[in-house]
Amino acid sequence: MTAHETTSPILEIESLRIALPEGSDRPLAIDGLNLTVRSGEIVCLVGESGSGKSLAAGAIMRLLPEPRVRVVAGTVRFEGQDLSTLSAKQMRSLRGSRMAMIFQEPMTALNPQKRVGWQIEEVLRIHTSLSRKERRARVLEILEQVRIPDPASAVNAYPHQISGGQRQRVMIAMALVLQPKLIIADEPTTALDVTTQLQVLKLIRELQAKFGTGVLFITHDFGVVAEIADRVAVLRQGELVEQGTVSEVLNRPRHPYTQALIAAVPGLNPPAPKSFDTAPVVMRVEGLHKTFKTRGGILAPRRNAVAAVDDVSFELRQGETLGVVGESGSGKTTVSRCVTRLLDADGGSVMLGDTDMLKATRGELRARRRDIQMIFQDPMASLNPRKRVVDLIAQGPIVHGENPEAARSRARELLALVELSPAAAERYPHEFSGGQRQRIGIARALALNPKVIVADEPVSALDVSVQAQVLKLLAELRDRLSLSLLFVTHDLRVAAQLCDRVAVMEKGRIVEIGETATVFANPGHPYTRKLLDSIPGRDWTPPLLAGTAA
Amino acid sequence: MSVLESEIGTAPPSGWSVMWTRYKRNRAAVLGLVLLVIVLAMAATAGFVEPVDPLRRAGDPLVPPFTDWATPLGTDQLGRDILAGIFHGARTSLLIGIVSTVVAISIGILVGAISGYFGGWIDDVLMRVTEAFQTIPNFVLLLALVAILGSSLQNMIIAIGIVSWTAPARLVRAEFLSLRGREFVEAARNLGVGDAAIIFREILPNALPPVIVFASVIMAISILLESALAFLGLGDPNFASWGNMIGAGKAVLRSAWYCAAIPGIAIVLTVLAFSLIGEGLNEAVNPRQKKS
Amino acid sequence: MSMLNYMLRRLVQAIPVMLIIMVGTFLLLKLAPGDTVDALVGDMGGADPRFIERLRAEYGLDQPVLMQLWIYMTKLARFDFGWSFVHEQPVMTVLMDRLGTTLLLMISSLFFAVSIGSLLGAIAARKAYSLTDNIISTLGLVFYAMPSFFLGLMMIVLFSVKLGWLPVGGIQTIPSFYEGWDYVKDVALHLIMPTASLSLIYLALYMRLMRTSVLEVADLDYVRTARAKGAGEWRLMVHHIMRNALLPVVTLLGVQFSTILGGSVVVETVFSLPGLGELAYKAVIQRDMNMLMGIIFLSSIVVIVVNFLIDLLYARLDSRIELT
Repeated sequence: MTAHETTSPILEIESLRIALPEGSDRPLAIDGLNLTVRSGEIVCLVGESGSGKSLAAGAIMRLLPEPRVRVVAGTVRFEGQDLSTLSAKQMRSLRGSRMAMIFQEPMTALNPQKRVGWQIEEVLRIHTSLSRKERRARVLEILEQVRIPDPASAVNAYPHQISGGQRQRVMIAMALVLQPKLIIADEPTTALDVTTQLQVLKLIRELQAKFGTGVLFITHDFGVVAEIADRVAVLRQGELVEQGTVSEVLNRPRHPYTQALIAAVPGLNPPAPKSFDTAPVVMRVEGLHKTFKTRGGILAPRRNAVAAVDDVSFELRQGETLGVVGESGSGKTTVSRCVTRLLDADGGSVMLGDTDMLKATRGELRARRRDIQMIFQDPMASLNPRKRVVDLIAQGPIVHGENPEAARSRARELLALVELSPAAAERYPHEFSGGQRQRIGIARALALNPKVIVADEPVSALDVSVQAQVLKLLAELRDRLSLSLLFVTHDLRVAAQLCDRVAVMEKGRIVEIGETATVFANPGHPYTRKLLDSIPGRDWTPPLLAGTAA
Repeated sequence: MSVLESEIGTAPPSGWSVMWTRYKRNRAAVLGLVLLVIVLAMAATAGFVEPVDPLRRAGDPLVPPFTDWATPLGTDQLGRDILAGIFHGARTSLLIGIVSTVVAISIGILVGAISGYFGGWIDDVLMRVTEAFQTIPNFVLLLALVAILGSSLQNMIIAIGIVSWTAPARLVRAEFLSLRGREFVEAARNLGVGDAAIIFREILPNALPPVIVFASVIMAISILLESALAFLGLGDPNFASWGNMIGAGKAVLRSAWYCAAIPGIAIVLTVLAFSLIGEGLNEAVNPRQKKS
Repeated sequence: MSMLNYMLRRLVQAIPVMLIIMVGTFLLLKLAPGDTVDALVGDMGGADPRFIERLRAEYGLDQPVLMQLWIYMTKLARFDFGWSFVHEQPVMTVLMDRLGTTLLLMISSLFFAVSIGSLLGAIAARKAYSLTDNIISTLGLVFYAMPSFFLGLMMIVLFSVKLGWLPVGGIQTIPSFYEGWDYVKDVALHLIMPTASLSLIYLALYMRLMRTSVLEVADLDYVRTARAKGAGEWRLMVHHIMRNALLPVVTLLGVQFSTILGGSVVVETVFSLPGLGELAYKAVIQRDMNMLMGIIFLSSIVVIVVNFLIDLLYARLDSRIELT
């Protein structure tokens, strides 16, 4: 047993209830939460969107947007003291010095008008009476501890001048500079790249062990839980459904909701390799090239041009799913836009059948659009909010000359195909959930009977449980209609589940391409290895639970 | 069909009734609407209620208000009925306000949409032109236009429209710039929809709400511009106008300041009405979840 | 070095705008019924046709249009706006005499409008939806709806006619010959009501803008971060909220300057101030087109200069703008 259990708890939440304003979809954001965090331990609070986990964090720091959202019952005790008995001034003296918070979006969580050093120093200025020199020294010290490259110049940088990972390190530095007893981290790595995420997770664990801090880590990603948690609490629609040590909850979940969530996490076992050698090639990309230049005006300096896509070549055969994986800035999204000619490439060729998409004239291009369709990432932004669902789906065929009535009735058939009721046809996008909207997007892509579907991160914006459903739908449709899929994603678990072959991109180039099973088992390129190693919780295999096999 | 059928549920109330509910919540906005209705009523009934030509002498000069039932609000130094002037002036103000707003917004939408959608050198050129119009102080340009075109009602409307189109153009351009990168526009291009259809059927319906809200601001400004012109004596002499009445009132300010005050209050209330309606519309279209 | 580069860039961008304005004013001149010579001749009461032809040649009005445009633009570039037959002086001289008064009025109006408006807006935002906020916001709406000339006239009625505290018009008390401080006080007294008339409308505008800006910024993530660090209300307001909320106000300042300059036309007329605005009004009445175009050109230059300065200010204030 670890030393945690013998130490007294830093944070005790008992029967916490948080009320939401009238007109919200439920009266209580949090209903009866019981949670304890001891010093030196990491407790993960897991929930999907709408579970109320962020509000719980706000309640601990007494930072709820009152009076609309407020605590109506229960107690929160910090170091044995009931926080509701403290005055505002006392509470302020606790915040930042004995309890600190790390937020999700480092770009918006830092004041864009103040230097990074100033913002860290602010914590010291508020809570201590150190001299300016002493403060400076302390800031440099903590920046070194969070492993910021070149702390001396980082101190003078503005938030927009440093990278996302570095900004998050600055947030961590701000939280840790006074060595608080409790840190609440609200999805601190969700907005980061996979490789950066792992570094930040490691950093948090290391510093936490060093300073003996208790950490309440809020996340929706079970991989992250597997990576760092000591104990886990699962939240569903404001209710605590399961709590326990990490090995108990991850490997032997008791509550059906937890079981469903874990079952929805795509395992890292790629499908058995299918041979596509006999299938015809539907799309061949050769030497694709795209550089983004900043628009230099008169006297404006021309920044170094960035090669977003550099000499990319691959083939896609009929019925096959090719995954394009990479982190942000790898060029994968640019590839998807160039291949569908939503963006004009600078060079290379994209052969679809016998037409080069990049050199096609307007007329040819219009005709060819029938053959290559796209599913977009953001279910909210990819459907025109002012059009009804049936019009959205039928728009493609109508533009290409089909009879509008016929197109609309076919649209209703497609809705059935993606498992939505035909009553959905007359509704508007805002009336649907994210997963439902993505299904509508799939129906729209299928409407033109394309040969190739390019899916650009189609499940990244969805909750894990919904993700699993949509992926299942895509897999079924692909098999039934013999679709060829170009699947762009940053999530290797998703790629493992759906893709026959995978192309790994780094800084605009394909560094490795091959059958998914092979690449995952024996990565050739060092970057691929790094990427695979960074998957949080890669050592944990989600248990196969009876009745929930995907 | 599937489990999801039950999840769709009943259709929520239509967009319009939701917006009206939100609009109603703002009491000031409702007040604005009431004021506008009053002004509209005055304009509409001017022919019946005050059939006499407001520009003709109706009684003794400088009769104070509330003393003579024939001229309830008094008369000015030429003996003209002030109440008649208010009623007929409402027509002038509303007519000019509404039509010049339509002119300004039409030009603005055209310039803004083309500029925002196509970008590149088209945007550069159009933006330079817009800047040129914005640099010249609009009232000075208005004076010059009136000097050249003359003071007839329709020329004033055109002149005010020419002076006011830059703000809606900027707004429409900003909306187009932000919307054209949205995924639903990319989806439409992916389907093969052409440029013109994308501008007018995909983007514009989504860009319009802030423009409609802004229209109320432009109406308020147009009324102020027209009244300023009329005050300076540059308005159309054939029509009664509140600004004109204030201009005339300036000469008798010491003895009969009500001649200037009454039409002035009318202007304030009308412009206030448009401003309040604008704010109400803004909140109805983009609800702030604030409210305690 | 980078600041210099930025300045040069902005100046260069202003050139096409000025060219468009020049061409525009030329077109307006051409559109005006009658031309300079007609006006002169009309003023003289008629002349024989040969004399008129000679005048035309002298003024270059018999040349092809493009040539005229070229001559016109080169003259403008030298600030030669032609001759005002009304004032019997070069237009430029008349303009320069009057520029000072208008600038004085503008600067004092803007100063009050921005400073007091922003302050009230911030207060209203901090106490959003309370009684204080409602009072401030309502007053703001009412002042925003008032035409400046109406406000001016009502002020004259109250402060000059009824109370006799302030002078009715003009920039100084004519028969007196004040020197030094007395002169300044006299001018200041004369400027109080005009400044108030012009600034109250824009004060309301800035107040509402500031209020919206502060409310928006107060909701942003980095304010929440600062609270989580234990910052108190005052620190939050000064370092985090205001620092960011001021930016849109500065931007609007640039856009509004040109409108306010136009607003001074009416105010100057109401208070008989000898400025550019009153000059413009008289020029319309007297059909002195050269004067009007000169005013348009000069005021455009002023607007461009002011916008340029405000852009520089904004670039200094907003750390996100890279001046490299």
